[in-house]
Amino acid sequence: MNNLDTAFSALSDPTRRAILARLALGEHTVMELAQPFDMSQPAISKHLRVLESAGLIARRVEGAKRPCRLAKGGVEAIDQWLAMLRRALTANYDRLDALLTEMKTPKTRTKR
Amino acid sequence: MSKLTLKTEGDKHIVVTRRFAAPPEAVYRAHTDPKLVQKWLLGPEGWTMPVCICEARPQGKIRYEWANEKGGGFYLTGEFIELEPHRRIVHVERMHLPDVTPDNHVETRFESDGTGTLMTMRMTLPDVETRTQMLSTGMERGMEASYVRLERML
Repeated sequence: MNNLDTAFSALSDPTRRAILARLALGEHTVMELAQPFDMSQPAISKHLRVLESAGLIARRVEGAKRPCRLAKGGVEAIDQWLAMLRRALTANYDRLDALLTEMKTPKTRTKR
Repeated sequence: MSKLTLKTEGDKHIVVTRRFAAPPEAVYRAHTDPKLVQKWLLGPEGWTMPVCICEARPQGKIRYEWANEKGGGFYLTGEFIELEPHRRIVHVERMHLPDVTPDNHVETRFESDGTGTLMTMRMTLPDVETRTQMLSTGMERGMEASYVRLERML
């Protein structure tokens, strides 16, 4: 679950989401990935490290290049977004159940 | 208590339903009184809502700010559009992560269901142009795939 947290926080950045979208089309080098963004290669590399440690992408060594691709579990992790929405809603409404019970008892009127 | 259902509808909608063991009046109040909203609209465990602005009237402002112990935080802003007391709330909302997500138009209905309430929340995601933009991001790609999977599951 911790991994999912990391994945989700890695996904909170639009540049990183765009990088993932590109990698969904296939393997790319850092230079190729940096091209569409108004960003330096070191800045892109930093994003790639975040994605890599979140388990969303994998990199291999090919000479001086380190091409990136989506990690096997990465796509599934992204898919978890909706599952997380479901989980967040479930947690919310379970709390709301408790609150509604509390509201029924006149004494415990919502004091704060 | 009946469980949450969450499914997609057409290209732009997400529909959530949930039953509550309390009358529509109470469920509606819990959705429109900031002191109550603050107690339950917290998402996963570990988050609190230090700021809760919820002006339940047409054009009234919505602003929810969440925080966790690790110093994380994000917020949501929105506006109420239409309110029919105890029956229906229409509002628009967007997340700030901190980049702002496209507007999500939400209609929430509360219907009597025995001694309880059936809540139906229908989210409408933006137009095709915005959707295309959204699709260019990895997260939404994933969401799309999940929707399809969910539709198959449900």
